[in-house]
Amino acid sequence: MSYEAWILIIGSLAGVTCGIIGCFLILRRLSMLADAISHTVLLGIVLAFLISQSMNGMYMLIGAAVVGVLTAVFVQLLSSSGIQEDASIGVVFTFLFAIGVILITVFADNVHLDVDHALMGEIAFVPFDLVQLGFLPPLPKAFLMLSAVLITNLLIIVLFYKEFKITSFDPQMAAAIGIPVLFIHYLLMGMVSITTVASFDSVGAILVVAMLIAPGASAYLLTNKLTIMLLLSAVFGIASAVLGYYTASFLDASISGSMASVNGIIFALVFLFSPSKGLISKKFTFKKLNTES
Amino acid sequence: MNPVDVKNLTVAYEKKAVLKDINFTVPEGQLIGIIGPNGAGKSTLIKAILGLIPKAAGDVKIYDKQYRAKDRIVGYVPQRGSVDWDFPTNALDVVLMGRYGHIGWFKRPSKKDLNIAHESLKKVGMEEYADRQISQLSGGQQQRVFLARALAQDAKVYFMDEPFVGVDAATERAIIDLLNELKSQGKTVLVVHHDLQTVKDYFDHCILLNVSIITSGPTEEVFTMENLHQTYGGKLSFLDKGQMMVEQK
Repeated sequence: MSYEAWILIIGSLAGVTCGIIGCFLILRRLSMLADAISHTVLLGIVLAFLISQSMNGMYMLIGAAVVGVLTAVFVQLLSSSGIQEDASIGVVFTFLFAIGVILITVFADNVHLDVDHALMGEIAFVPFDLVQLGFLPPLPKAFLMLSAVLITNLLIIVLFYKEFKITSFDPQMAAAIGIPVLFIHYLLMGMVSITTVASFDSVGAILVVAMLIAPGASAYLLTNKLTIMLLLSAVFGIASAVLGYYTASFLDASISGSMASVNGIIFALVFLFSPSKGLISKKFTFKKLNTES
Repeated sequence: MNPVDVKNLTVAYEKKAVLKDINFTVPEGQLIGIIGPNGAGKSTLIKAILGLIPKAAGDVKIYDKQYRAKDRIVGYVPQRGSVDWDFPTNALDVVLMGRYGHIGWFKRPSKKDLNIAHESLKKVGMEEYADRQISQLSGGQQQRVFLARALAQDAKVYFMDEPFVGVDAATERAIIDLLNELKSQGKTVLVVHHDLQTVKDYFDHCILLNVSIITSGPTEEVFTMENLHQTYGGKLSFLDKGQMMVEQK
């Protein structure tokens, strides 16, 4: 397959994987926690590398899931003991990320692991990083990791759909009927962790937040059904990857930067023009109501 | 057998007790009002009974057994303001959530669950709104959806947190009819209630609460001016007092 095709496929996979999980983050008002996790998983990757002495994707996913869930647990512990949630996130996030930065600079100086790369990602190199898996031809590592994570996430969402739904809408009632609210929360945080790690190489820790939040936020403004919201966010994820790639090659600019920008532009358009919840249709409705009365 | 038996319940936030040494039982098949001023711990009491917040001390029994959410004998109607009504879902879906405890892991709601959800919407007079996005409902209609969800839970004991707050007259009527229907089926309903003027009309039994229990018992015995003064301290408004006096005459 051509170089271009691989970038489009991997970008779209990252867009879909992030977009779908992002819907639940938005509905649960956890966008900032996702931002935190997208950074602290760096510590997980470094620890996985130090322990396993390899850049094997499986170890990276496990390391990231562990540290990502730990981030959520620490934030939960601090905020349930009376510290404001945003302050808890701020402290835990920077502390764990900083440890990751120290470990990288001390131990892993001479390997393919550096802070710039982790923060910004570089999807342009991704098609060259190939892995041979069983009888399959060599495939890009990012493609394999993203596919594995997407399948895992979809499986979990299908299996626990009603639990995700009720704990997002009404956690108190969910707890009262015996649904393990905290378990579902940590499960989601684990999914966010592996999602960010799989998207790391392509878009990096900062721009992955755009991929996580923007498609879901756009979808939220267009529908009143959760299933449609999930589908739409996947579509927006793909659209931003494809449009972002062509924008980048036209401008000769950063691909991941362009993908994130397209996400922002899509959101801005939806925010203005959504037929039911858009700024313009709202203004129009107000006007109509005013002239009627 | 008492539907609800609370012994020595204490709940604290940080070091301050919000509920202190609560003891009460309630009779089966009655409508019970939980009455008290703001900050008296009424919602906290319900949440502590349901295990939604930790108890500092005490013991709660539902039908002589330690309460476990899995037993599915308790239905809960939280305050309407506690959820985000912009959530992308419709009325029927919210009511269907009342069945989730019955459905079990990995399964989807069955035809029977759907029927029960439709039935429950019908009982609160909301069947035409089944497909309506929940943010498009009025406050009263949202409250009725919450009640329908509790009905769908098919419980023996219900806890309702301020169901009458901010609803229109039609909804208030619908809620009262529903409470009476539940009562006629032998269910026990505990309702956190604010409006002192309607207590005598709505409830058979009252719990007067202000951090600790002031008194509890049949409404005509315990809902007296003296007990209310004790419960509300100086907070009972002039209007309430006037109303009560008129009623007592």
